[in-house]
Amino acid sequence: MKDDRLPYSLLGLGVALLLWGSYWGLFRAPAEAYMGDVQRIMYVHVPTAWNAMLALTFAFACALLSLLRGQAVWDARLEGALEVGVTLSALLCMQGAIWAKPTWGVWWDWDPRLTTTAVLVFAFGAILALRQFVDDPVKRATWAAVAVIIAYVDVPIVYFSVKWWNSLHQAQSTPETVSRAFHWPLRINAFGMLFLMSGLISLRARLALLRHEDETAPPLPEPALRTAGAARGAR
Amino acid sequence: MSALAAALRKDLLLQWRTRAQVVAVFAFGAAALLLFSFAVGPDAGVLREHAAGFLWLGLLLSSTLTLAESFHAEAEHRALEGLLLLPASARALYYAKALANTLALAALGAGLVPVMVVLYDAATPRVPALLGIILLGSAGLSAPGTLYAAMTSQARARQTLLPLLLFPLVVPVLLAAVKATALLIHGDPMEQLRSWTLLLVCFDVIHWSLCGLLFERVVED
Repeated sequence: MKDDRLPYSLLGLGVALLLWGSYWGLFRAPAEAYMGDVQRIMYVHVPTAWNAMLALTFAFACALLSLLRGQAVWDARLEGALEVGVTLSALLCMQGAIWAKPTWGVWWDWDPRLTTTAVLVFAFGAILALRQFVDDPVKRATWAAVAVIIAYVDVPIVYFSVKWWNSLHQAQSTPETVSRAFHWPLRINAFGMLFLMSGLISLRARLALLRHEDETAPPLPEPALRTAGAARGAR
Repeated sequence: MSALAAALRKDLLLQWRTRAQVVAVFAFGAAALLLFSFAVGPDAGVLREHAAGFLWLGLLLSSTLTLAESFHAEAEHRALEGLLLLPASARALYYAKALANTLALAALGAGLVPVMVVLYDAATPRVPALLGIILLGSAGLSAPGTLYAAMTSQARARQTLLPLLLFPLVVPVLLAAVKATALLIHGDPMEQLRSWTLLLVCFDVIHWSLCGLLFERVVED
């Protein structure tokens, strides 16, 4: 019972921390000297980036374990991590575009990180699509795991190829590269996002596991089917 | 090795017997090159500048037709299961199919070069180097492409799924091949060709090894 409530506790904690951190970032932290209030998007943008990478790395680990062990639970976790990772990456692209317009004057720039994230959304999003079109649960698990491994290995190659191609993005933001006044809201939001992500992944994995159990359950016995048929006929 | 040779012979023979399909895919690629010029306009300078990009986009779009068709025969009458019962490893079957696809795509790419030269006035004196880049690029497209074709040939909505899975993955191939081809057409004063070729080689080595390792799981489960 205690285990059942864990994802909900994580979600609650995550939302509370995000509200606190965002309040701090929006109203209490000072505005940045050059960018002004636009910079405040960093308090969600940077935590989104960290957690998107974390979710997809977890999906990669689940893919390896799913292939090696063949247990449905790893496939269920892979599905959860993949969905949350793709959603966070898509959010990351949107936040990047919102930040880029007032800062660089354009919605989109072909910088390595932005472009790699967009490629990542499509590469991992396609695997979610693949899962929808495969009915056999064993094949679905194996193929999704294989596709996740290939896509994950491809990410650094995409990054370096785009980096050679074009580069403009500012240096990556970490608590070390930003002023002390900005540390706390950034950290609080990062943990808020982490808890929210963990809660969502574990809830989604639970759903996926229930669907797997339903798919692999033995068919209804004959008498039960007859009763169901008779009931339908009577109606 | 003999298993690989036998499987490669089978795949090349299959492609030869369905050569009408090859001609149709070539016509599709050439039509795509023609359409790209309508999108850009009749400015000869601009068309020449973008010729390399158009060539590779044409080849990329055509490649999904070639790749999707490559497992057509195996998907029918559960022929793939029959092949797996033979004393040949799944890896040999994969490498033979990927090699046959590479050769088919490279031939298609080489066939599209004269169309590019005629339409965009984008000739290069370094023809062997261009053919080398086309071969490396085709190998990059067919390594993950063959693996995904094996998957999607057994799934629903295969025509949509293959490009959806393949296109984001082969962004490095597209970038490197377009850059290398453009350097061959417009000249290479900064000597960047070697770096882009190296990127193509790295992509090929990583994906040929990784996909070869994973193919067994894709077809045997």
